[in-house]
Amino acid sequence: MTATFVGMPAFPEAARTALADTQLRHNLAHATTTIRDKRARVVAEVADWEDLRVAGAAIKDATLADLEHHLVQLEAAITAAGGTVHWARDAAEANRIVADIAKAHDADEVVKVKSMVTQEIGLNEALAAEGIAAWETDLAELIVQLGDDLPSHILVPAIHRNRAEIRQIFREHMAAAGRPAPDDLTDDPAELAGAARLHLREKFLRAKVAVSGANFAVAETGTLVVVESEGNGRMCLTLPEVLVSVVGIEKVLPTWQDLDVFLRLLPRSSTGERMNPYTSMWTGVTPGDGPQEIHVVLLDNGRTNALADEVGRQALRCIRCSACLNVCPVYERVGGHAYGSVYPGPIGAILNPLLHGVGSDPQTDSLPYASSLCGACFEVCPVRIDIPEVLVDLRAQVVDAHRGDRRPKAESLAMKATGAAFGSARRLALGEKVAGLAGRMLNRESRPPGGSAWTGARDLPVPARESFRSWWKRTQR
Amino acid sequence: MRVALQVTCLNDALFPDTGKAVVTLLRRLGVEVEFPEGQTCCGQPMVNTGYLDEAVPAVRSFVDAFESYDAVVTPSGSCAGSARHQQRIVAKRAGDTRLQERVASLEPRVFELSEFLVDVLGVTDVGASFPHTVTYHPTCHSLRALGVGDRPRRLLEAVHGLTLVDLPGADQCCGFGGTFAVKNADTSIAMGSDKVRHVRETGAEVLVAGDNSCLMHLSGLLTRQRAGVRTMHLAEVLAMT
Repeated sequence: MTATFVGMPAFPEAARTALADTQLRHNLAHATTTIRDKRARVVAEVADWEDLRVAGAAIKDATLADLEHHLVQLEAAITAAGGTVHWARDAAEANRIVADIAKAHDADEVVKVKSMVTQEIGLNEALAAEGIAAWETDLAELIVQLGDDLPSHILVPAIHRNRAEIRQIFREHMAAAGRPAPDDLTDDPAELAGAARLHLREKFLRAKVAVSGANFAVAETGTLVVVESEGNGRMCLTLPEVLVSVVGIEKVLPTWQDLDVFLRLLPRSSTGERMNPYTSMWTGVTPGDGPQEIHVVLLDNGRTNALADEVGRQALRCIRCSACLNVCPVYERVGGHAYGSVYPGPIGAILNPLLHGVGSDPQTDSLPYASSLCGACFEVCPVRIDIPEVLVDLRAQVVDAHRGDRRPKAESLAMKATGAAFGSARRLALGEKVAGLAGRMLNRESRPPGGSAWTGARDLPVPARESFRSWWKRTQR
Repeated sequence: MRVALQVTCLNDALFPDTGKAVVTLLRRLGVEVEFPEGQTCCGQPMVNTGYLDEAVPAVRSFVDAFESYDAVVTPSGSCAGSARHQQRIVAKRAGDTRLQERVASLEPRVFELSEFLVDVLGVTDVGASFPHTVTYHPTCHSLRALGVGDRPRRLLEAVHGLTLVDLPGADQCCGFGGTFAVKNADTSIAMGSDKVRHVRETGAEVLVAGDNSCLMHLSGLLTRQRAGVRTMHLAEVLAMT
């Protein structure tokens, strides 16, 4: 992947562009509707689903409350099992560690298991700068990488593409990255998958170094867990000699018993499957079996900032299932790119500001507002992240960060005036009288200057000639 | 039982007929509802835009106006949600423990209209007559912040002569979202356009909901499209005889 999200416009502008793409709208509506219906069906089968959600949230909260202890235990267990643990404060440190390991083995390429965290830190670009090619091996990530595109969904990063577009990408770009697509390739899903399989297999058999993330890290034994659907991840985890896993510090779970809860919550929430197809678990080095050199890079990159946020820290419970994306009415219409991050949708709208902090970057500051606060995300979240609550809290943080600005925004002045008017019924009644007078001069189709954000496609509500409170005073008192 | 009407700032200024309908309806059911004249707003417009300090006066006036009543009825799922879930955040931020206590004490006494009718008064047939084909949009805050469930539908189904038709994709947001409607106008309109398309598919004459904020957005789209579908608040349908 050569594209990056750096320099994205704020959400409203990016959304406007996305909304104009009719093919994207069609692809997204179809895909999100299919996956959310599937999720709803399989979740309804589980009688104790709500208890599982509560348990998932409680386990994560308890672990996060004592994170240092669990991480140190994880490090000790991995080390005892023959692995090497590295600690990375930020993206640059993590990328440096991975590049150095690859170089130590004279590798000019690595194969990658689908992972969000390596996209978060821009690992592929960092490795490319060191002359190391990073090959994505997840089918959808391959589509994104070959198309010089950006991922637009956590679970299905090429959700914005349909199969006709995928055929085109394979035909045009596969040859430059390795084995070319067959000349007679059609848009039949089985044929597309077949072409990808042949293309990827050469890479699996050749690569000396693999890079992965981890869905979970079990502290008591030092075991890493990767959950995937294709088996391509398992190829990476078993064939190369060296395996480097970059793991966000919030991925740690104390025990295998805890893991059980999440292995039940995750597949139904993400792919709508009852059980996950390929669940790979490894504990350090097993002599003569699989990679003989194991590295684990434990990454902060803003997570301790998020942990310090009293309301926002619940976002660190996230297990990247993407159920919130699939039910989000905003995501369904604008897609993932508009969020300007590898973490799109409702979780991205809170996670990015929490990781990066608010008040300095207009793009980040626009994300907490990229929601109608409908609450569909909270309803489906397997670890009960109250995303609307965090969104509102982050909006307050954005406003507070700009309270000292020399030139206050028109919005801030309007909110101050409205807030003051709502402090007194007398002042409010006066304001309503003025509005009522204006109402007599307007009709629904009036287009007052400056009202275009509302009136572009909607008629105006016209203030009533007599407010309710005036009517009550006149007739009921 | 002393019952107060929280008419909401939006209804007060733009949709007074909804407030009048609640008064008519409740009187018909034998409830002498009062309108505390000190009321202004629940504070939600400021809170949801991130202006928590600016919401403090509204929250104070809300508590001042309503805390002496046994029940507060509001024809808005959104404002009821704000009173039950958001005012405590504002009070906490203001660092005023007395205000926090007063908010907490008032919270369980605030009811959205359908909750008050079904749960407190125990009625679903309110004696209304409305011989029209109607479709119902469950607004997000009534559905998810309050959990009103099928109460509004049960009330509508009991209305004499009313034909209720299912709205496809009913539980998806209409795209209003307060200041979202102008801050992210393009996305808001895209969401609303899809909702309106579903409404038109039903062939209903009237789109009913329990929040005039959502209906203001949807009726703005419907009239601009000359769709020939009108919007009505649930209270106005239930007040019809």
